[in-house]
Amino acid sequence: MQKEKVITAKDLTKRFGDFTAVDKISFEVEKGEIFGFLGANGAGKTTAMRMLCGLSMPTSGSASVAGFDVYKQNEQIKKNIGYMSQKFSLYEDLTIRENIQFYAGIYGLTDQRIKEKTELLLKELHLEGQEKTMVRALPLGWKQKIAFSIAIVHDPAIVFLDEPTGGVDPITRREFWTLIYEASARGITIFVTTHYMDEAEYCNRVSIMVDGRIDALDSPANLMKNYSAHSMDDVFLHLARKAERSE
Amino acid sequence: MQPITVENIIKTYRTKKTTVDALKGISFAVNKGEIFGLIGPDGAGKTSLFRILTTLLIADSGHATVDGYDVIKDYKQIRHRVGYMPGKFSLYQDLSVQENLEFFATIFNTSIEENYDLVKEIYQQIEPFKTRKAGQLSGGMKQKLALCCALIHKPSVLFLDEPTTGVDAVSRKEFWEMLHRLKLQGITILVSTPYMDEASLCDRVALIQKGEILSVNTPKGITTEFKKPLWAVKANEMFPLMTQIKQNELVESCYPFGQYHHVVFKTQENIKETLEAIAKKGNYTNFEVQAIEPNIEDCFMALMKE
Repeated sequence: MQKEKVITAKDLTKRFGDFTAVDKISFEVEKGEIFGFLGANGAGKTTAMRMLCGLSMPTSGSASVAGFDVYKQNEQIKKNIGYMSQKFSLYEDLTIRENIQFYAGIYGLTDQRIKEKTELLLKELHLEGQEKTMVRALPLGWKQKIAFSIAIVHDPAIVFLDEPTGGVDPITRREFWTLIYEASARGITIFVTTHYMDEAEYCNRVSIMVDGRIDALDSPANLMKNYSAHSMDDVFLHLARKAERSE
Repeated sequence: MQPITVENIIKTYRTKKTTVDALKGISFAVNKGEIFGLIGPDGAGKTSLFRILTTLLIADSGHATVDGYDVIKDYKQIRHRVGYMPGKFSLYQDLSVQENLEFFATIFNTSIEENYDLVKEIYQQIEPFKTRKAGQLSGGMKQKLALCCALIHKPSVLFLDEPTTGVDAVSRKEFWEMLHRLKLQGITILVSTPYMDEASLCDRVALIQKGEILSVNTPKGITTEFKKPLWAVKANEMFPLMTQIKQNELVESCYPFGQYHHVVFKTQENIKETLEAIAKKGNYTNFEVQAIEPNIEDCFMALMKE
């Protein structure tokens, strides 16, 4: 039986004037899959992600995310995805509880559900008793873990993570990946970008963008085999070195 | 004379409600012509230390010297002698590439021509864009321009605060190649990074976490300090495998490392047998196991737990 597809993109393209930022990319992501989206700075990752999140209209091609069309149903897409990045996560001047309530409200949960989810989340993160702490006072690693849990507070079909672990210590970085595995086991699809190549190896499949195209897409094991490489770092260097354009 | 000495530096930030101990008594020294790495995550205290050594911030207590000068008493001499590339892009966005470089040369009473040899190789890569405003450059080009501006007065000590953060693997590699060429010119380099794999590119490193130094050594020396048995395992079912290994009482820690899990044991004996028994019990497919040498990240994590 074929697995349910959460993302399908076909020849998806975005041009800015005469510059083709994303050049006919085609791929599919299955439900519950951890999909690594790699590429050098300027390869077109952010533009592609913005289209898939319903924030930017493609120039041509087609794509559906969580069953919704990126051209016509971008508002529904926004309601059915989660998003988190290193740069944008939580409100520093709100408490942990206020942040959870704020985002749950934004994602349209009912008051009753917000209440339940807030308690559940505080319990899961072992933060009972600390819910009144200002986010500003928390270590970065904690902020990122809370931000991830909040990004999936509405049980989205898919969550987009844009360099979620930058600057985090090695133990917290791994605890963060444990949260990712757990979410994936619950059927939430993970779409993640990272500059840490060991994290690329935690993904079920990885795509590598070069100059707006997807030049490779496979499981880390197969990519390493096909490029006779010992690590994803070698695979990445091999492909990204071919790039002709810089950012 | 060592170009950088740091002795028991303490720095605490206080606001009305909170106190943050950024540096809790840090000591180390950097040798001439060395690439010395400060390796640690955000919040370790790396930037505070850079700001103290470049005389932009005063420590609560302790002593530090740069190029033989005291960071408090002789701050003016230090400012003439060091190059500093802060973590945040700090050039003039509304000046062109060339104007920025001229500006920094001029305030140090020199000219681009005088020290062109030092920056030539890096500057040539951005020269085609010399009339472009710095604010309109790509990340990689901004980084190269910032390095040129930090070098144009031929500093004896170069401070680079997280130059490769958020930079892709290819550009990171190129940046380190540039640093090794600068080292050959006799410049001492203090560089910080959150990427543990970059430690091996330094002559010596200090592992730093929450305002404390965990270890100072050569990269090789750091990994030799790791005494416990370390094993790598893999199977098709990685996540359940980790959960089960962690439950074993002989296991001290188990963390994912790319395609493998690295397992640290409390005991020296029967390790392979223990792991194989776990694999058999859980019916794991394509199970592999081998003893391995630790890398810097294994060491950092072990030191964090001590």
